[in-house]
Amino acid sequence: MNLFCVGLSHHTANVETRERFAGGAAAGSALRQAGCAEALVLATCNRVEVYGVSEKRVSTDEIAQCLSQRSEVIVGGHSETPPFYRYEAEECVQHLFRVACGLDSMVVGETEILGQTKKAYQSARTDGAVGPLLHRLFQRAFRVAKQVRTHTQIARGSVSVGSVAVDLAEKIFGELGNCSVLVLGAGETSERTARALVSRGVMDLRVSNRSNDRARELAQKVGGRDVNFDQWPQQCGEIDILITSTSSEAPLLTQTNLGPMLVHRIDRPLFIIDIAVPRDVDPAVNEMEGVYLYDIDALRSVAEQSLALRRQQIASAEAIIAEHVRDFLEKISRELIAGSRLTAHPPVVDPSLRPSQL
Amino acid sequence: MDRNLLIVSTICFLAAVVRTGVALRAGVFQPGRFSFLAIGLGFIFQTAFLFMRGNSLGRCPLTNLFEVFVFLAWSIALIYMLVGPTYRLSLMGAFTAPLVLLLQGFALIAPIDVRHAVKVPANPALEFHASISLIAYGAFALACIAGVMYLVQERQLKTHHLHSTFYFLPPLTDLFAAITRLLWWGFILYTIGIIGGFFTGRPLPRIQVIAAVAVWLLYAAILQGRYLRRIAPKRIAALCIIGFSVALTLLWGITFSAQTHSVP
Repeated sequence: MNLFCVGLSHHTANVETRERFAGGAAAGSALRQAGCAEALVLATCNRVEVYGVSEKRVSTDEIAQCLSQRSEVIVGGHSETPPFYRYEAEECVQHLFRVACGLDSMVVGETEILGQTKKAYQSARTDGAVGPLLHRLFQRAFRVAKQVRTHTQIARGSVSVGSVAVDLAEKIFGELGNCSVLVLGAGETSERTARALVSRGVMDLRVSNRSNDRARELAQKVGGRDVNFDQWPQQCGEIDILITSTSSEAPLLTQTNLGPMLVHRIDRPLFIIDIAVPRDVDPAVNEMEGVYLYDIDALRSVAEQSLALRRQQIASAEAIIAEHVRDFLEKISRELIAGSRLTAHPPVVDPSLRPSQL
Repeated sequence: MDRNLLIVSTICFLAAVVRTGVALRAGVFQPGRFSFLAIGLGFIFQTAFLFMRGNSLGRCPLTNLFEVFVFLAWSIALIYMLVGPTYRLSLMGAFTAPLVLLLQGFALIAPIDVRHAVKVPANPALEFHASISLIAYGAFALACIAGVMYLVQERQLKTHHLHSTFYFLPPLTDLFAAITRLLWWGFILYTIGIIGGFFTGRPLPRIQVIAAVAVWLLYAAILQGRYLRRIAPKRIAALCIIGFSVALTLLWGITFSAQTHSVP
């Protein structure tokens, strides 16, 4: 019995190649026809992988052919053979655990891959393509991913500018439901950030732009209300979060003009997200009491710090994975031995579970 | 025997501090059950120590500086047990344990556990006054710790340099709300303690009254500044640290003065 993983990922193939082998509705049945007793296709934007169990060895070329979207793809010794990787037995188990934990992802520690893996498992299970071995393997992978996320900081912090801004807002205000937000300048990035804030519970969202029509349009899109551009300074006394991205050449906010606006809000912080280039807010504003100013560089820097923190956690995550790989293989070996004694047949898998012989 | 209980209690707090320190150094800090359990266990041993000491004295164990420090450490742990989990301030344990360790460690090492000749009979009103005042100090201590947490978080947000602890600190506004509540708890308990002092049936030394009123006025001023919106949250947090340092120094003075004059 062979347990294997054959695939392509962002490490080995460009998006064009990954698209060619993204698999399709027919991939499952093709894999079964090729000799896979159990088969699961994990296809995401960053990877296409087949996890399979077969009595006889199914070659990488055969798997590639099953995944191929176009019949003209040539495999089998030709120069066009795409860079598929293949992991067998123990390596396959380890690879799946790493994938589920986000260690193999483009953004280390991202959690979307776990959801995608669960979806792929559910889909394969519904199709009847998952047997006892893949079932146990994937269930263990989900457990490992959960443990890694709980016991390390691999998924800690945000790594995109938009989510960093929203996370910081939550670190300052806690629940965002009671926060008032003013979006100054109706650009694409401010729209994305505003949407993210609304998705985290912001109810009071105001949009101001030099063009009132554009402000109204964005306000309607994100479920806020438009404010006349002449009136935005007065709003600063009431709001908690300011997202600014105008095309103004000179700073709109300085210590001098912001100071009087903050007199009556000494106990309420003001979070300013300045995503404009050139900047809309004088950097000296950050020195004011209760004002937290983040420009695009600061947001990027926080994102990079989070990524660095995640990278520091890789060793801890790998240790947890190694322990689970060992335990999983031991348990499977024990059960196979017990099963073979009961049926008085030779074991279908060598108890020693050497990678080449599983 | 009772001193051994205190040593065990101190070891529990030490364990919490060491574990937190190692985790912080490795950049993998996570406020988990260990810290809470270690502090909880330390609190149980503290309570056992105070109970045994109280039994042997036949009164509330506040007869010398050593007992005052231990009672204060117990009050801090007590307020932490009540407040920490309630306000989701799980990281507070990481800050509470070192303070308790410092107080208890000092109490154990310094030669301040001196038995004085009992000059007056046990006075429940006086014991109530002293113990409630010390529990109020526990709340002030926790406000001080929350103040430290606020300043740490604020500094990281201002400088845009986020340490791994950042992700475990509560939001600034939640911390400020906790500081306010703790200040109120401490202030109310301290007010009750001071009022209780006037019903002890014996005149209190003037120096003690002045020191107690000074602490009361200090915290009244902080609370007034907070409610009249005259002091920014960051300064309130800093004042909580200064306030507790002043209060602790005055407590030392009050206890020292009480020891030289009479024993409750």
